Amino acid sequence: MSSLVISGGRVIDPANSLDAIADVLILDGKIAAVTRRDAGFAPLDVPHGIPVIEATGRIVCPGFIDPHVSLREPGFEEDECTATGTAAALAGGFTTIAAQSDTYPVVDHRAAAEFIRLQADRARNCRVYPLGAVTKESKGEELAEIGQLVQGGAVGFSDAKRPVANAEVMRRALEYTRMFNRPILHFAMVPELSDGGVMHEGFEATRLGFRGIPAAAQDIMTGRDIALAELTGGRIHLMCVTTMDSVERIRKAKSLGISVTADVTPHHLLLTDEVMRSFETMYKCNPPLRSQEHVDALIAGLQDGTLSAISSDHQPLALEKKQVDMDTAPFGICGIETLLPVCIRALIEPGHLTWLQLIARLTTGPAAILSVNHGTLSVGQPADVTVIDPAKTWTVRAHEFYSRSRNTPFEGAKFTGKVVTTIVDGEIRFQNNRQPIPD
Amino acid sequence: MLLSEIPVSGPWGERHLLGLEHLSADQLKTVLDLAKYYDTITNGGSQRLDVLNGLVVANLFFENSTRTRTSFSLAARRLGADTVDFTASSSSLSKGETFIDTAQTIEAMGVDLVVCRHRTPGSPHLLARNLKAGVLNAGDGTHEHPTQGLLDIYTILKQRGQIAGLTVALVGDIRHSRVARSNIHGLKALGARVIVCGPATLIPSDITRLGVEVAYNLDEILPEVDCVNLLRVQFERQRGAFFPSISEYAHLFGMNGDRIRRARKNLLVLAPGPINRGVELTPEVADGPNSLILNQVTNGLLIRMACLTLLAQERRHDQEAN
Repeated sequence: MSSLVISGGRVIDPANSLDAIADVLILDGKIAAVTRRDAGFAPLDVPHGIPVIEATGRIVCPGFIDPHVSLREPGFEEDECTATGTAAALAGGFTTIAAQSDTYPVVDHRAAAEFIRLQADRARNCRVYPLGAVTKESKGEELAEIGQLVQGGAVGFSDAKRPVANAEVMRRALEYTRMFNRPILHFAMVPELSDGGVMHEGFEATRLGFRGIPAAAQDIMTGRDIALAELTGGRIHLMCVTTMDSVERIRKAKSLGISVTADVTPHHLLLTDEVMRSFETMYKCNPPLRSQEHVDALIAGLQDGTLSAISSDHQPLALEKKQVDMDTAPFGICGIETLLPVCIRALIEPGHLTWLQLIARLTTGPAAILSVNHGTLSVGQPADVTVIDPAKTWTVRAHEFYSRSRNTPFEGAKFTGKVVTTIVDGEIRFQNNRQPIPD
Repeated sequence: MLLSEIPVSGPWGERHLLGLEHLSADQLKTVLDLAKYYDTITNGGSQRLDVLNGLVVANLFFENSTRTRTSFSLAARRLGADTVDFTASSSSLSKGETFIDTAQTIEAMGVDLVVCRHRTPGSPHLLARNLKAGVLNAGDGTHEHPTQGLLDIYTILKQRGQIAGLTVALVGDIRHSRVARSNIHGLKALGARVIVCGPATLIPSDITRLGVEVAYNLDEILPEVDCVNLLRVQFERQRGAFFPSISEYAHLFGMNGDRIRRARKNLLVLAPGPINRGVELTPEVADGPNSLILNQVTNGLLIRMACLTLLAQERRHDQEAN
């Protein structure tokens, strides 16, 4: 049971600096061997009767890890629930996700964290680790019961899209979470500068008449967070970095040994604020899509590892919520199922990142942020594996999403590269329909 | 007189009028020429025509407006169209009905043209994407107000005979002004020099990329300008205070008798209204010889008649093609 051979694929395992044609043997849900086919390596001795997945021409890599996904359950089941959100994650190649605390009620107490895990167990799709709230009801005032949340399974702490605006509260949160060696995943944004804004502040916002969110709103808070991480020795992780100056501040802080990490989303790498000319609410996200010089800085940050993870920042929203005017429409993009092809378009096709680098930002990078023991094909590890057809061209059709929501800006877009198989604990949990599923 | 008999001097080809940004100089001239034609044959808009007989124009106002709505209603009726007013507060949308539902409800009533005002930029564009009816933007948040831009330009044109070569200063709250953006696009397309002047907090970033100059000192630029357009301070759109006091604003940017005397003798003074007397301009200026404020109102009727006619012709072509 739960034994497989994945045969002849291009195996990319950043944790072991491997990028070679190889066979992967899975026995009893664990990685048993990764055997290169190059000259000089002994061929894999496949035990009799184990099903074989033929992966010639495919990329075989550790299952992806997303450090912050909004599953919307409980409280917002019209958008998503654990079962649909984790099914969408599998279709996107993710075997592990951290679930955001922005449910209703907020995950600010142990029972709420336990519920997330219970629903994930029932869904039996990908692994789900809860994120606990930093503050009670994510109001930014009093610390949540962080210690008990850790006992309930929380791997990190986040008030989702609500910045902890009070510097003293953030200082205490960083000191307190240090006891448990857990990171705070912060949405760095100065609320006074971003309130009421719907898009990046700049020429495009000026001509369109929209209230802007200046890059400085993120830069200032990024600077504050880094200073507090240095002061307290706590671990800060900055979610959804979108600006040139923030990348530079994080780069410098890392070089000084401050415990800061950061991620970026695929849409901020592929799109700029010019798309807002269409007045299409599907492009409305927070932080907003920035201008090209910021996009270039984000790509440079991914190249040198300043940004060590890519997150879908999955924000599913029921269609009717988006079918309103731009000011009324909520922020957010349903992104976990399109993450890989968008990354290929933004990073691989132009030659900005190698496949090994991209897979690292989706596996070892986020694993280190969350301190979870996944994201490698090392022998003995639980067999979480994603198989990609890098040449498959396809068109995004939101109605085919496994997610309950359809709010994608990429409807109708043609991409190259698709996840074909996703394996958790040696079990095939997702199989693209065009592939026969082995027994 | 039939719709097809109305003389159209140049290119048009637009099903909707959503803004002036994407219109060519020739298209703008087509509207201005038609407004002039209506000016002549209706004696300044005072006589009725029947060119839009049988057409239904819906006024869809999600934001309070008396002046613009009345002007559009009157323009439609002067041309013989039926009008319906659909006044929905923006809050009713947030209570449940989506914008698309509202649009489709309007469509189902069999309207030909929809005049839309909304507090959010792009709302008429959303309507245009979801309706077969022609959509006329009567102001979308702080984005555009094309008929106001056209009527301002028409008012200047009527006084000076041409736009190219003139210097026009837009004074005041540029950040929150849809009138400013429509004026900028229209005036630049027709060859005017445009200066925006106001408190730095009310001049949005990168506005110079629209081809305008920025000034903070009204007294310095006044001797160079042929026309000032005094934009209303949009207290209702501002979040918090953008300048220290109304009296300081009036002191620095208000048009008063002293400034009129130091300006060019035949300076044209426009104000889109409703005006805040004592803020953007003093009563002495508002009621003085340089003021064209009431001419603007009359010209607004003519411009809206012209726009409705052009969109109605386009819709007729569409219907005949199908």
